[in-house]
Amino acid sequence: MERNRRLRVMVAKPGLDGHDRGARIIARAFRDAGFEVVYSGLHQTPEEIVHAAIQEDVDLIGLSSLAGAHSYLFPAVVEFLKERDAEDIQVIGGGIIPEEDITRLKAAGIREIFTPGSTLDDIVAWVRENVNPKE
Amino acid sequence: MSLTYNRKMLEEAGEVYDRWDREVEKTFEKHPERLERFSTVSDMEIQRIYTPKDVAEQDFVRDVGAPGQYPFTRGVQPTMYRGRLWTMRMFAGLGSAKDTNARFHHLVNAGQTGLSTAFDMPTLMGYDTDSPRARGECGKCGVAIDTLRDMEELFEGLPIDRITTSMTINPPAPVIWGMYIAMAENRGIDRRQLGGTIQNDMLKEFIAQKTFMCPPKPSLRLITDTVEFGTQEVPRWNTISISGYHIREAGSTAVQELAFTLADGIAYVDAALERGLDVDDFAPRLSFFFNSHLDFFEELAKFRAARRMWARIMEERFKAKNERSLWLRFHTQTAGCSLTAQQPYNNIVRTAIEALAAVMGGTQSLHTNSLDEVLAIPTEEAATIALRTQQIIAEECGAANSIDPLGGSYMVEALTDRMEEEAFEIIHKIDDMGGMLSAIEKNYPQQEIADAAYHYQQQIDRKEKTVVGVNKYVTEESLPVELLQIDEELERLQIERTTRIRNDRDRQRARDCLERLEEACVEGRNVMPPIIDAAKAHATLQEMCDVFRKVFGEYRDPGIY
Repeated sequence: MERNRRLRVMVAKPGLDGHDRGARIIARAFRDAGFEVVYSGLHQTPEEIVHAAIQEDVDLIGLSSLAGAHSYLFPAVVEFLKERDAEDIQVIGGGIIPEEDITRLKAAGIREIFTPGSTLDDIVAWVRENVNPKE
Repeated sequence: MSLTYNRKMLEEAGEVYDRWDREVEKTFEKHPERLERFSTVSDMEIQRIYTPKDVAEQDFVRDVGAPGQYPFTRGVQPTMYRGRLWTMRMFAGLGSAKDTNARFHHLVNAGQTGLSTAFDMPTLMGYDTDSPRARGECGKCGVAIDTLRDMEELFEGLPIDRITTSMTINPPAPVIWGMYIAMAENRGIDRRQLGGTIQNDMLKEFIAQKTFMCPPKPSLRLITDTVEFGTQEVPRWNTISISGYHIREAGSTAVQELAFTLADGIAYVDAALERGLDVDDFAPRLSFFFNSHLDFFEELAKFRAARRMWARIMEERFKAKNERSLWLRFHTQTAGCSLTAQQPYNNIVRTAIEALAAVMGGTQSLHTNSLDEVLAIPTEEAATIALRTQQIIAEECGAANSIDPLGGSYMVEALTDRMEEEAFEIIHKIDDMGGMLSAIEKNYPQQEIADAAYHYQQQIDRKEKTVVGVNKYVTEESLPVELLQIDEELERLQIERTTRIRNDRDRQRARDCLERLEEACVEGRNVMPPIIDAAKAHATLQEMCDVFRKVFGEYRDPGIY
């Protein structure tokens, strides 16, 4: 594989939640920032997301949830990555996520959580700073 | 022709404002305007001032008229809120059927005049709580309904023969409606007495809200089954609530919301006509649902334009004769997407302004969002404040004293005309694509909305649009609000309950009913009678939806961004 390849990012919607405005805006912002973007589309199970992320050889999975099921779905993605020996893929999340859940999600291995009010620039900057393309 | 303003008056006004313009512009060197360009939330440019010139083409009789008269710009009923206030209908659903039933009783006791049900994601997508796809979602953003027992518990003790019930349900709408009818009949209430609404608007699901099950064509067929059944058997029921709300929440502009919603309406009417129904038999039961966002005048103009456009569409395009077929009756919800997680108490103010626009716009029913709705399902206290907001608008501030009080404002009339014109342009474009079904297949509305949403987000990030507490007037300290938590234990209990019902029912009867449903699907007979039978036989929501999936196939998100 060529060196210094572009960052590959998957934006994914786990669970049955259909609110995809945020996820799609983030996907565009990542694309405009020069990342290679894979968007999962809606209604994916954690297993399906992990399977696709490994196939697509991404560096980062960005999960979006606005319907309250993040407490199960986000950690489940991290668990399946572990099971598949793909822990080098980092996971971040965003959406309607109450403050008290954020600590628990981070303890479960979600690197960062972005909530309403985060700007696109903030999110892109975080990714540039914290995620490196795999060699 | 009866132009609102005569030529002489227009000339004089023109002179006055030309002079005024020159005077004002002279002062700009010293005192420039605050912004280079003033625009609405939807980025529609707004003039410095509106004058008679901006409505020079308006024909009062043709375009405005009186409330209760064609083209209904000023309201569908002749007396509007002087006769009866809008229905105060708070959208509610949380946890189990029992939890939601308690919330319903609280809201009715607090003066709410209609019920509105929010279902959890598995119910909205046609899965039972024990489906592997439903894990972690039970009761989170609404109530979990798997079987008739849940439906019975949800409405226990509520006077559903006197109060109307709205149910926000789309792909499984025929099933949930069937369960509701079965529940009412088990309570001894005649289906002809039942009043209410099922959302049942699948086109906007493909466009915006994204809860889908089967592909567009069979989805439209199931909707047409409910329209036909309602027309014949449940005459007081609104079988579709043609919804712009979700289109707007997904990021569209106000004009796009208006255009896509009415284009959806046209597609439903076309489908019912193809079924052989008479337009005047079903059109009076079509209802609408709009968003009320923060830009007061843009919203107000949108509601007025919507009424006039639908009346014209029904009369000119569909040759409806019954006056009620021309009525655009609508529910409004204040804009969830306008609320902020930061400084959440500000949301009470936002909601009040949006609710006022809906009332000035002549809504038939209204949900006001709670201050905490941006973070979680509302607490009882927050929902009560939201309901009180409506009561203050209705009974304290005088807004309901006179009909269409802002009609005749140069700005409001000019914006109403402009929204109609721009929305009709979009509708004609959709017509040229072969109608809304083809437009959706070409991803036209989806792409337009995604573009508008991205544009708006960039405007906020660049601070071209102010969001108080987010990109301006930001404070470090946060005022915590108490949030409602849904017990994780609920999922296990609900799975146990549904499993018990599946084991205890007459299994042969349930199986037979599901077979009859499948036959109706395959043979093109109306699905409602077998659904009601299956509900009474305690077939589950998913068992019935699985029949649809098996016969019609499943739709997958194309994943456009």
